[in-house]
Amino acid sequence: MATAMRAGGVPGGVDAFLARFAADAAALPGDGAARRDAAAALTRLGLPGTTAGRRPEAWHFTSLRPLAGLNFVAPVPVLGAPLTIPGFDPAGFTGPRLVFTDGVFDAAASAAPGFATNGAGAGDTLADLRANSLDALNAMLCRDGAAIDIAAGIDGGTLLLVHRAQSPGSSAHPRHRIRIGSQARLSLIEIACGAGETLHNPMSEILLEEGAELHHVRLQLEDRSAFHLASLHARLAAGAIYRGFTLALGARLARTELNLHLVGPGAQAEAHAVQLLSDRQHGDITSCIAHDAPGCASRQQVKNVLTDQAHGVFQGQIQVAQAAQKTDGYQMHQALLLSDGAAVDCKPQLQIFADDVKCSHGATVGALDGDQLFYLQSRGVPRPAARAMLVRAFLDDALTAIADPRALSLAEQAVGGFFERHPA
Amino acid sequence: MLDIKALAASIDGKPILRGIDLSVPPGQIHAIMGPNGSGKSTLGYVLAGREEYEVTGGSVTFAGADLLAMEPEARAAAGLFLAFQAPVELPGVGNANFLRTALNAVRRARGEAELDAVQFLKLARAEAKRLAMPEDMLKRNVNVGFSGGEKKRNEVLQMALLRPRMAILDETDSGLDIDALKIVADGVNALRGPEFSALVITHHQRLLDHLVPDRVHVLAQGRILQSGGAELARELEASGYAGVVAAAA
Ligand SMILES: Nc1ncnc2c1ncn2[C@@H]1O[C@H](COP(=O)(O)OP(=O)(O)OP(=O)(O)O)[C@@H](O)[C@H]1O
Ligand SMILES: [Mg+2]
Repeated sequence: MATAMRAGGVPGGVDAFLARFAADAAALPGDGAARRDAAAALTRLGLPGTTAGRRPEAWHFTSLRPLAGLNFVAPVPVLGAPLTIPGFDPAGFTGPRLVFTDGVFDAAASAAPGFATNGAGAGDTLADLRANSLDALNAMLCRDGAAIDIAAGIDGGTLLLVHRAQSPGSSAHPRHRIRIGSQARLSLIEIACGAGETLHNPMSEILLEEGAELHHVRLQLEDRSAFHLASLHARLAAGAIYRGFTLALGARLARTELNLHLVGPGAQAEAHAVQLLSDRQHGDITSCIAHDAPGCASRQQVKNVLTDQAHGVFQGQIQVAQAAQKTDGYQMHQALLLSDGAAVDCKPQLQIFADDVKCSHGATVGALDGDQLFYLQSRGVPRPAARAMLVRAFLDDALTAIADPRALSLAEQAVGGFFERHPA
Repeated sequence: MLDIKALAASIDGKPILRGIDLSVPPGQIHAIMGPNGSGKSTLGYVLAGREEYEVTGGSVTFAGADLLAMEPEARAAAGLFLAFQAPVELPGVGNANFLRTALNAVRRARGEAELDAVQFLKLARAEAKRLAMPEDMLKRNVNVGFSGGEKKRNEVLQMALLRPRMAILDETDSGLDIDALKIVADGVNALRGPEFSALVITHHQRLLDHLVPDRVHVLAQGRILQSGGAELARELEASGYAGVVAAAA
């Protein structure tokens, strides 16, 4: 399998991306000025860990150092292959879907409903490019992405949004824009998969208008030599509901930044996440849920299941502005360490400026329960299967909370695949 | 069926079993009685293969095989079943899924065909009905929120499904109401036959009225201090353990 070019004379890390932008800028679609702003921001911010010096606070537990010596090129996508993912029932991939191959819309593999198309769409952005390396990198190199726009009152049903990486050594920076109109709804299932050492740096911008509802299940199944650096920015108007669930199993190094902004009264947000990591995988879920309006609720349950030398990170910030009275916030992080070499870092951060709020959070770290394991074995269940059952039990409430049966089935298949690869 | 010779075991370096000799022939039911903390549950755990207990001496032969060399799951597949004194709760594991996984694991190990979901549910419902268990107990998480008696019935349901050759019932009668006691005893009696043996740990005569034992043993201070016929249980109920323990001292 090809790998990203090792830097030798050629700069790696952030310099490689900046050099690539300088060479390709003219060929990239959309607003050149915005891209140059992004490049300037990236120059200033760098990619934390790839250069000498202290990493910023938000990157305390995750370093992008492995990117320092790598030079990911722009992919030359070969489009049109039918959508399959090894280990998954192909029946799950029929129906409305947007497929992006190496970051470029793959019309032949897609079945786009009327409300969904693609486009480079620069310009308006919810992300603050001055603050964030991943967003700046995306904005600088973005070529394509989903454009989903559901008109008021419409039920968009279930839509699949798939990224597949096919060109080892390349990177893709898709920008997805999703707008759900007032009282409209959508169940969006996002899958990231692929082969080889690639970088996937997607950014999703989500606008939920009054009373809109988005169920958003994200399955991160990248190749185990890949890098996954994702960010999501959602803005919820009054009464809007965002139900997010991220299941991350893939990539050598992954970071997912979830930014949920509750700007209208009575909005409700869920930002659940499960990471199942093994070998030397590093997975980071970093979230910021900002309550800016009164009477909003947010729920967050994060579970890390870690084995071998895997490293899981959860950073969860909840901000409650002074105006956000009657906020109801809940955050829980639970880690299950299946080996002595696995490690987890958890940093909850509550910043509360309103006085009439209900905000609770908690964190637990544990191993499998010896009594439970013995009970199962004493009933004839072999130890590896017994361990798998107990891990599945640990995830049960998180998985069964997935409302869309197709999303649940895909999530179950992903979890099942983990147990097949890591029986003990 | 089960031959225990000079079995000694300790936990965290503390000796609990100090030389148990006990033999249960095929087709027989033996009862074990004894004071609290004397090592009865420990014996059950050691026989079932709980790794926290260190076997420091002796041997156990089960159906001709060296039981102590086997993993817990292999012991179950070979036909040993321990009904726990304190059944373990498994949040997040559905009871039906648990029972089917266990049954199919044991069937697979015994070279029998696995049951599909439909076949299994039919069987499990029938057994649950026989034990007068409400059907929703199959849908709930294993032992979670079960009453004390419901947990014990769930143990007996597992036994009925797994059809062991040797059942160790550790105070399965404790916490059962009068009707449930009868139902549980019927459940054990239903398995009775030349190929089924049981070791029944109990504090009460009542269960033994239904399950007339071939032998009764008194376990105290980590040893079998006295053995006798079914009448021994009744004598103990009247006189207590003090005499037995003093005589052995
Ligand atoms: N995990 C453990 N750690 C320390 N001591 C233990 C442990 N398990 C059992 N013991 C001790 O071993 C002794 C025997 O316990 P066991 O549970 O076998 O008694 P028992 O005969 O079943 O009592 P009961 O009639 O109350 O059920 C007790 O003194 C108990 O405290
Ligand atoms: Mg006991």
